[in-house]
Amino acid sequence: MSAAPDRWIRTPPRKSATFDDHAIAEIRRAAATGLYDIRGAGAKRKLPHFDDLLFLGASISRYPLEGYREKCVTEVTIGTRHARKPITLKIPITIAGMSFGSLSAQAKEALGRGASAVGTSTTTGDGGMTAEERASSKTLVYQVLPSRYGMNPDDLRKADAIEVVVGQGAKPGGGGMLLGQKISPRVAAMRVLPEGIDQRSACRHPDWTGPDDLEIKIHELREITDWEKPIYVKVGASRPYYDTALAVKAGADAVVLDGMQGGTAATQDVFIEHVGLPTLAAIRPAVEALHDLGMHHKVQLIVSGGIRNGADVAKCLALGADAVSIGTAALIALGDNDPALEDDYRALGTTAGAYDDWHEGRDPAGITTQDPALAARLDPVIAGRKLANFLAVLTLETQTIARACGKSHIHNLEPEDLVALTVEAAAMARVPLAGTNWIPGL
Amino acid sequence: MPTIDLAKTTLRELNAALHRLAPDGGEVWRVLNPRGQHAVAAGIDAPVTVEVDGHVGYYCAGMNKQATVVVNGNAGPGVAENMMSGEVRVRGDASQAAGATGCGGLLVIDGNASARCGISMKGIDIVVKGSVGHLSAFMAQAGHLVVLGDAGEALGDSLYEAELYVRGEVESLGADCVEKPLGDAHKAVLVRLLNAAGVGNEVDVASFRRYGSARKLYHFHIDNVGHY
Amino acid sequence: MCGIVGLFLKDAGLQPELGALTRTMLGALCDRGPDSAGFAVYGAEIPGHVKLTLRARKDFDWDLPLRPLADICNALPRATMRDTHAVIAVPADKEAAIRGEIARADGVEIVGSGRRMEVFKEVGRPDRVAERFGLAAMAGTHAIGHTRMATESAVTTNGAHPFTTGPDQCLVHNGSLSNHNAVRRDLIRNGLAFQTENDTEVAAGYMTWRMREGASLEQALNAMLVELDGFFTFVVGTESGFGVLRDPIACKPAVMAETEQWVAFGTEYRALVDLPGVENAEVWEPEPARVYRWERH
Repeated sequence: MSAAPDRWIRTPPRKSATFDDHAIAEIRRAAATGLYDIRGAGAKRKLPHFDDLLFLGASISRYPLEGYREKCVTEVTIGTRHARKPITLKIPITIAGMSFGSLSAQAKEALGRGASAVGTSTTTGDGGMTAEERASSKTLVYQVLPSRYGMNPDDLRKADAIEVVVGQGAKPGGGGMLLGQKISPRVAAMRVLPEGIDQRSACRHPDWTGPDDLEIKIHELREITDWEKPIYVKVGASRPYYDTALAVKAGADAVVLDGMQGGTAATQDVFIEHVGLPTLAAIRPAVEALHDLGMHHKVQLIVSGGIRNGADVAKCLALGADAVSIGTAALIALGDNDPALEDDYRALGTTAGAYDDWHEGRDPAGITTQDPALAARLDPVIAGRKLANFLAVLTLETQTIARACGKSHIHNLEPEDLVALTVEAAAMARVPLAGTNWIPGL
Repeated sequence: MPTIDLAKTTLRELNAALHRLAPDGGEVWRVLNPRGQHAVAAGIDAPVTVEVDGHVGYYCAGMNKQATVVVNGNAGPGVAENMMSGEVRVRGDASQAAGATGCGGLLVIDGNASARCGISMKGIDIVVKGSVGHLSAFMAQAGHLVVLGDAGEALGDSLYEAELYVRGEVESLGADCVEKPLGDAHKAVLVRLLNAAGVGNEVDVASFRRYGSARKLYHFHIDNVGHY
Repeated sequence: MCGIVGLFLKDAGLQPELGALTRTMLGALCDRGPDSAGFAVYGAEIPGHVKLTLRARKDFDWDLPLRPLADICNALPRATMRDTHAVIAVPADKEAAIRGEIARADGVEIVGSGRRMEVFKEVGRPDRVAERFGLAAMAGTHAIGHTRMATESAVTTNGAHPFTTGPDQCLVHNGSLSNHNAVRRDLIRNGLAFQTENDTEVAAGYMTWRMREGASLEQALNAMLVELDGFFTFVVGTESGFGVLRDPIACKPAVMAETEQWVAFGTEYRALVDLPGVENAEVWEPEPARVYRWERH
């Protein structure tokens, strides 16, 4: 008989907030494998984001627009600074750069179909342009990356715009990564790499370093394409004020600013979670740089990194962006992380909504894979329609909000239409805490 | 034979005219007074010959296709960058990143090339009659780099499948770059390239040493962490 | 990021043209450095005197600080006014007293000193800056110049290069340092003062401190290779010539050219194209991580 233990009140087991389940699991994994954790997608931890901002709709001091009949224009033109042929998008939402290699050919085709159906652009990625993508996408932006995989002047000339990639939000300061599982024969041929090896990528461009030499590189790209095409410069959010100013000084027509929630095909988890700025924190400094140079809306600002819905789109525009770009959300619209595939996710040791081992190339949705059998699961026509639907909803939601704020053009959204729910969001977005006049830091 | 004087004509006019050339024409153009300008003769896609009299700046003959571009002087950084086909010849010296990411064609440098010659090359053939600087053939994926002189530090660092041949001293080899035996097939490649460069009769191919990838970095392994 | 030019004349016959040649070199690098510009010219020495370059804001009343100096020098010092700058020649044995007097004055500061060096810098397009200071008419044995594209600090006069590092000595920089904040804090502890957030000001301060502690120019530059992290091409002007140093990775461009009449430095070859005889010059690039020096004998 043991009466003694019952006399003591047991303390419930207590887990550590510092050494939580995730931290412990990661230490154990590292000890077992001797490898850092590589995964796809963007920063997953909770960060100040657009949900911490709210719009001030019309009431007595402001009047709203009627839906449908009273127009709310959504068009945006990119490249007015230098390009002979700027591009006009019907909606202020573009599809971000994602490579053929990280994505299947079917997925790239679906993205092109969906974007073209609603009058917007897609972007190539770290691997070059495929014929399917050029055929399926009416407006195609061609990336120039440090690796220069697949780079050639014919594709440069076929493109509608050129995007010089200095970095991306998931890994500012890092290069591309594609592991052997996805270096299929076709990918290998496009990238001039042996099949099945782990691709090592440069993090700096091979033939220029620094904004003074970027200026000369942009000039060369203009000369090769006879000054036709808008040239964007893409940066991961890090020092957005300086980076935006320098992109402008280097001659960019547009700046693409990607926050840490922006996805990647594959990189080290520590890079994704601990390097870079949340998208929300990056926008106002970038816009300030444009204002200081007298270039706001003259050099267009495209923001990406965790854009999920029309509210996010409207908030970016209100903070000063000309357009936004979606990557992860586009893949989800195509079918990534679909709960209907839960059994497949369980077999991979994960669950719908958490699947991010895209580098392994075993995506049951057929999107982030090069396996022909898996890739065949994605019907580009159906998936393209889904993307078009999603883009249309994003646009309608943006218009709904804009109209409620009394705007006949989405570009007339401004920071004064917003308030913040938290001190952090108020400071980052430089808008007042709701119900107050207080903007921390100003 | 069209002669363009860049002291009187703009670079834009020159390049626009070169881009308008028919894809099958074979004219010879002469360009005077480049005075270090950038992107001279960049983006040509025609079998034209362009003789440039003077020194050029960055990216001369960038992304060249089919054309033969001769620089009677020195070239700045990135000469023939991403060349697809054709020939580029630099009579003087070339600055950094000569032939960077080149996919095809032949780049011949009569003088010296600076750092990062052939960086990330993807199929181009480069022959340097002088020496090359540090980090040449960095991450070089395909193609041949032939150096009659010396090579600076970290030659072929992070090398993929490009083949490197150096006749002189190599200051040091980069990660995963090792010396390999020079066989008959390799000598034949050297003969072909040296002839194309116009020095076939002057050089004994047996005097070259061959360098290539040890292929130990093709799959990530924690024991190689020192190389990363 | 930026452009650097340097010109060292071996042929004394070219000395009257030093300013004109330097002005043309600077003009070629406006695109890569549009924010501000500066240059140091090593001109004639006045025996027994030290030249102090003073800088004040536009429309400054120079009478205020200069008049009291007459008492110290027994006569008004010779002063050449150039836009926002003034170069005064003071007896060498009065330098300390003059410095004290100017330190007490409001709105003016000493930005350069030496037997022969004069330093000028301002915000604005480089060709315009050169015009404001009358660079084209200046004469001397050598000059270094800089055109600036500000990376992480503000576009201000103080942020422009060259930065003085000692008598007859100054530094210009193309590149971007990555550990300058930590180095700045150490230098402040060693008694140096800084006016900007600029990384180049830290490099100049480090060099000043090293040489003050007894290092030669070469030793100081070699120490910078170890102590400073990031990307850099430094050009240092000295009384007898100039020095060049590139970091070990050497991504930032640097071109040198030499004839029997001169030695020149330019970030791009374009900066050198109008130098006399450049068609026959020997042109090369400095090696990384190696200190180069040229001097008069």
